Amino acid sequence: MNVEWYVVLSSLLFAVGATGILIRRSPVVILLCLELMLNAGNLALVAFSRMVGNQQGQVFAVVVMVVAACEVVVGLGLIVAIFRRKLPLDVDELRELRG
Amino acid sequence: MEAVLFFAAALGALGGAVGVVAMRNPLYSVLALIVHLFSLAVLFLLLTAAFVAAAQVVVYAGAVMVLYVFVVAYVGGDVESAWEPIPGQQFLAPLLGAAIFVELSIAVLGSSLQALDSHGPHVSAGFGNPAGIGKLLLERFLIPFEASSILLLLAAVGAVVLAARRRAEDAGGPSERFAREERPPSGDSSPTQQRRVASEEGLPAASGGRT
Repeated sequence: MNVEWYVVLSSLLFAVGATGILIRRSPVVILLCLELMLNAGNLALVAFSRMVGNQQGQVFAVVVMVVAACEVVVGLGLIVAIFRRKLPLDVDELRELRG
Repeated sequence: MEAVLFFAAALGALGGAVGVVAMRNPLYSVLALIVHLFSLAVLFLLLTAAFVAAAQVVVYAGAVMVLYVFVVAYVGGDVESAWEPIPGQQFLAPLLGAAIFVELSIAVLGSSLQALDSHGPHVSAGFGNPAGIGKLLLERFLIPFEASSILLLLAAVGAVVLAARRRAEDAGGPSERFAREERPPSGDSSPTQQRRVASEEGLPAASGGRT
């Protein structure tokens, strides 16, 4: 398969993830959609690394995976903290920080 | 053969992604994301990125998804209400997503990358295997590697701090020393009051939306 197929698929997955972030209101699902977008970026990185023919893009993809894992851990910690305070798990209700 | 595998994996990845967005129950969203991640691992293998594919399966499908399942089980898989604060949001958001897709595709396919509609250069058999990636990580990219390890450590500590149970809120009863520390005469009253007001504000609206 040509590289452009992978890149187009990755932009499609990114668009689906962005749509999910706009539609959904549960913080857990918003984190999941964030994962979709990060994985779409990873797919593009690996595809371009194949296109150029060196492995540095794959190293970059591994680092992106590490950053995604960190983001998930902190995000889920926040969700657990929100739940402990008996606040609603809904991003439209959690608006104390809104200016 | 390769094309069949690509389209099967692409269909799985796309179906998983749409499932994450469309499922009303967060637990089903997590399961759809697992399908998505496995399909993506197949795509990485097709791109001769064996180490990235293995890391994808082990790190994501193995570790991160277990974390998600536990958190969803802990906070309860509440089904989202159909109430929408912005009118037409459910209709406008997919439109915006389609716009992003078209824009990205135009940007990528319109770029003058010659190799884009080729297969990529011929690579040796060891391309993307753990030995090659590890050599790059520990020689050329040693500083990013160490920085990401510090980031992981900080994230783990931060998650423990965030999610740790406050002992005063605990049902088990606070110890004497801790109880004295937690209740200074003046400073503590305003944040708790604010928090109580916020939760009182939030909860009726949430229950009103869910009925």
